[in-house]
Amino acid sequence: MGKLILHDIHKSYGKEKVLHGINIETGENQFLVLIGPSGCGKTTLLNIIAGLEQQSQGEILLNDRPLTHLSPKDRDIAMVFQSYALYPSMTVRNNILFGLENRGVPRAERQQILAEVTRMLQIESVLDRRPRQLSGGQQQRVAIGRAIARRPSLFLFDEPLSNLDAKLRVEMRSEIRRLHKQLQTSMVYVTHDQIEAMTMGDLIAVMNGGIIQQLGSPEEIYNNPANRFVAGFMGSPSMNFVPVTVRSGADGLALQVHGKEGGEVILPIPRRIQAALRPQEGRAITLGIRPEQISDPDSAREGEALHTLDLPVDLIEPTGPDTLVFTHLLGHPLVARVHPSTQLSVNGNCSLSLHLERAVFFDADTGKRLA
Amino acid sequence: MKRLMIYLLLIIAALFFLLPLYVMLATSCKTMPEIYSQGILALPSHWNFDAWQHAWSAATIGAGSQGIHPFFFNSFELVIPAVIISTAIGAINGYILTHWRFRGANLVFYLLLLGTVFPFQIILLPMAWVQGKLHIAGTLIPGLVMVHVIYGLAFTTLFFRNYYVSIPHDLVRAAQVDGAGFFRIFWRIILPLSTPIIMVTAIWQFTMIWNNFLFGVVFTNSDQQPVTVAINDLVDTVTSVHMWNVDMAAALIAAAPTLLVYVLAGKYFVRGLTNGAIKG
Repeated sequence: MGKLILHDIHKSYGKEKVLHGINIETGENQFLVLIGPSGCGKTTLLNIIAGLEQQSQGEILLNDRPLTHLSPKDRDIAMVFQSYALYPSMTVRNNILFGLENRGVPRAERQQILAEVTRMLQIESVLDRRPRQLSGGQQQRVAIGRAIARRPSLFLFDEPLSNLDAKLRVEMRSEIRRLHKQLQTSMVYVTHDQIEAMTMGDLIAVMNGGIIQQLGSPEEIYNNPANRFVAGFMGSPSMNFVPVTVRSGADGLALQVHGKEGGEVILPIPRRIQAALRPQEGRAITLGIRPEQISDPDSAREGEALHTLDLPVDLIEPTGPDTLVFTHLLGHPLVARVHPSTQLSVNGNCSLSLHLERAVFFDADTGKRLA
Repeated sequence: MKRLMIYLLLIIAALFFLLPLYVMLATSCKTMPEIYSQGILALPSHWNFDAWQHAWSAATIGAGSQGIHPFFFNSFELVIPAVIISTAIGAINGYILTHWRFRGANLVFYLLLLGTVFPFQIILLPMAWVQGKLHIAGTLIPGLVMVHVIYGLAFTTLFFRNYYVSIPHDLVRAAQVDGAGFFRIFWRIILPLSTPIIMVTAIWQFTMIWNNFLFGVVFTNSDQQPVTVAINDLVDTVTSVHMWNVDMAAALIAAAPTLLVYVLAGKYFVRGLTNGAIKG
């Protein structure tokens, strides 16, 4: 059982403020992902949870136990570092046992835990080697093993997969997920990789500039971003942003797209969000639409109204399961995701449909979500 | 051809530096008449170690005629604790300055750095005053040991600090999360990685302290003097003739331990100076 509460965490180094009031409350044994660009404060926040740095203000509670004034060793946590931080002079066995010895776990129990951990992570064959004799993947497993051996109430991961090659990263991703299910313990996982965040997290906190931009499930974060930053940060390729003006037309409100070199296109606004955009009439706002929401005309789901445009193809990137089409709408660049069998030719034209039902809208100045 | 030139140059350089050693060794094994009758570079007609015997146990130094051997042992009594203590404190200082940084740590480090550029002479008077206050003036232990430990700290701290900077801080953080405290991390994580820098520092300190003359002559009374001071007395105590062979033998005896240290541990010195980084 485990539940982590961060209440109004502030951190500054001298005059420089790094965290501006972080509030997070996780559910029972949840997998919390902290994600954001470098310098957003996510690692600082993790260090504060670990007790390796002291917050300037705010409270941390783990299972209703205040951690704020406890040293790292008394917090009942374990941490996996980006650099693995295995003790170079110790064998794998001693790396795993070190934390248990420090806590005075009896010898027989230590051996039992060691056996359990090595079996769980399949590292029996390397127990007597030193870290530098291991491959990156093995070092990673040992680092995780060292954390598991402690049976803490909270696991902290600091970008643990960023030094692995792509294939191993995918494997370890599911392995960590599997361990989370098996161990039934809260985990906090820092990453800058939005695929890791989406695939692993129960709860994602998207951070930027020392502020939580949005806290929610992966689906919420992806489908219902709170602001333009979150919308642009999560998803690859990134969401398309097009400056538009809200105009009133024959069928209620519509979007007017101004060409960079003159010309304009009118896009309809779905009925569902007509009301929400009413106050924006006459104003310039930002339309956000994901690449998969610009697709082949036959990709519509039942009852979905599509707006189909004939757009020029600038570049094609086949990814395998689907193909990315780089195009533009009156000079505003767009990326579309189409079925790999779609016939395309660079510099030719292509019929693409906008799923405007699922588009989102942001204030052009503040980036705040409007609808 | 290029290789040949390089070797030739190296051999000439080596001979140039070995020449004084040869002269000392040859002279120490000659008799006095032989020294006067032959050139300084000539080999002794037969190797005669009487001068060594005399220097070790019979030469007149200061008031007595006991040779340099008691002073030789004095130097060991001085150098062993002084090297161990200054190296140990330097290691802890370096560990704190790199992995337990505190407000003003950099200032402390720069002040310590300043200590490496102080000439010996600057600390003579204040140190004498302090030793007087502590009633340890004139003693080898703890008086002279203390002088060398304090003077050496700036160097040992600098060495360890520069070495420990390259040890990833994540190791210390991981050990903290693993429940280890300040000394346990030092003992179990940091120290096992420190062999090269311990060797470098110990060799450096051994050489500095063993070879030091000024502190020895200023801070110790006659029977407590280290061997460097004794040699000076030996050379100064001229009776009827100047015993060059005895002087040379005594000087070689005094130089032997440092030479031996370099022969035995020199490879660590070179390795430690060139190989700072540690892979985690």
